[in-house]
Amino acid sequence: MTSRINHFPGTSLNEQDFADGKVLFVHDALKAEYAWDTGIAIGTYLAGLKRGVILGAHCRHCRKTVVPPRTVCEWCFRPMSEYIPLQDTGTVNTFSLCYVTWDVRRIKEPEIPAVITLDGASQLGPASLFMGGIMHKLGEVNPEQVHIGMRVKAVWKPEKEREGAITDILYFKPLPKEEA
Amino acid sequence: MNKEVAIIGVGWSGFHPSTPEVSYKELMYAAAVRAYADAGVDPRRDIESFVTVAEDFIEGTSIFDEYVPDQLGAALKSVHTITGDGLHGLATAYMLIRTGVFDVVAVEGHSKASNIQTLDSIVGHAQDPVLNRPLRLNTHFVAGLEMQRYLHDSGSSLEQCAAVVVKNRHNALKNPLASYSANLTAEDVMQGPPLAWPLGRLETATPVDGSVVIVLASGRKAAELSDNPVWIAGMGWCNGSASLESREWSTLPYVEKAAQMAYRQAGIGDPWDEVDFAEIDDTYAYKELQSLEALGICAFGEAGELLMQGAFDPYGEFPVNASGGSLGVGHLLDATGLHRALEAVLQLRGEAGAHQIEDVHTGLVQSWRGVPTTSAAVAIFDNQEG
Repeated sequence: MTSRINHFPGTSLNEQDFADGKVLFVHDALKAEYAWDTGIAIGTYLAGLKRGVILGAHCRHCRKTVVPPRTVCEWCFRPMSEYIPLQDTGTVNTFSLCYVTWDVRRIKEPEIPAVITLDGASQLGPASLFMGGIMHKLGEVNPEQVHIGMRVKAVWKPEKEREGAITDILYFKPLPKEEA
Repeated sequence: MNKEVAIIGVGWSGFHPSTPEVSYKELMYAAAVRAYADAGVDPRRDIESFVTVAEDFIEGTSIFDEYVPDQLGAALKSVHTITGDGLHGLATAYMLIRTGVFDVVAVEGHSKASNIQTLDSIVGHAQDPVLNRPLRLNTHFVAGLEMQRYLHDSGSSLEQCAAVVVKNRHNALKNPLASYSANLTAEDVMQGPPLAWPLGRLETATPVDGSVVIVLASGRKAAELSDNPVWIAGMGWCNGSASLESREWSTLPYVEKAAQMAYRQAGIGDPWDEVDFAEIDDTYAYKELQSLEALGICAFGEAGELLMQGAFDPYGEFPVNASGGSLGVGHLLDATGLHRALEAVLQLRGEAGAHQIEDVHTGLVQSWRGVPTTSAAVAIFDNQEG
């Protein structure tokens, strides 16, 4: 249809017109800085990571354990104040192979986010939808071999470098067959 | 009188300049537990829908709705967040109940102002990005412009504005929730550092952290659950022109319209006669005077004189901000409207403690979203004992 039109009305634009300031626009950047109080539950969790321990919170009423810990059980709304140390081993609940980074670069070797059900944390319901687990990344693994149900173990930062952050765990790697 | 929706529970937590011991989620949980216990409800069983008020830039989290259900007992329930003042949240909950679909609804608002390292910059992003932001002015300038024109047109004085601060911070001495209670003189206030002249720093409310949760119920359910329901007799809200270039500077037509909407529903003809007290906007001291006039509690230009005569004192003819308001208690960002509502509910139940006003039946609550907005809401509460 457009092939029959010889002349478009108006003025066409190209990128150079923007660079030359022929097109007016306003640029502004958001200066937004926050320092979130971690509070009781997450503060305790992060202090645990610094010591190399993953803590979960247990609800006696629901008989469920969640990681990271929280001060309220989302199912029964009772306070949760019982922290229990969990194993740093677990089972892959779900994962993805990501070929675009946080700052939007394409990469050849994928990053592998995974939700890992830790040993010692209860399965939160009969359906896998309700299984709790720690959200982290997998490493030292061939992406093609990652699968749901894979047994993994945390790789920690050296103790002196830990700062009480989720990154005190570098990633989870596959457990050797004999330990799985 | 409108008996469709009642407030049956209130709860709060925090109300401190900083709350490093708890996360915002834990702050919300503490307020929610109190409100639900006050209402005698189990959120998992009884509350059918939840409304929160939050602004993503303030929270530092995009799509903040996602982070509210767990600590309110709202997991896998009807939940939504609106970017508005607490009273907008209350209006939304009111409407949810009026649909007939829900009988019990909770509203939450909170401030973790102490966690925002660049609050003035965040507020600056409410300015028009093309026309106003390039001038690089701290957003308090909008209040300076408004106060200047308001004083010029109304004949109100700097002394009268300073007297609002003296009254509210003095009222706050009797309010255990207040962070900024003080015995000051008008002289002290006027000699404070300037902010956006004629506006002074001491005439500007200081942010605090805190959370407020309010539980609402239908008339039928309120009769079943509550011995001391506070009825929402009317609710109104309105926005004026966002344009700094063309807005009305000396009066607040949007507050006037919001009030008319609420008065119409509540059947109020003359608020001075028919309302017993008010908890209203005092983000900046002059706003209390300007709002009183827009609310029709007195004529334009009269509020300052009435204030000086003591009419708005806790024992005056029409107590205003007996709680201490935002100047005395602290400003809770978007939860501010819920703070004012909380104070009005406590008054109407006779539970305000040392700052209780005697013999109150009808209360007025009004709030504003702050500079540079022209966004206001008004609620009329009634304890039906009048």
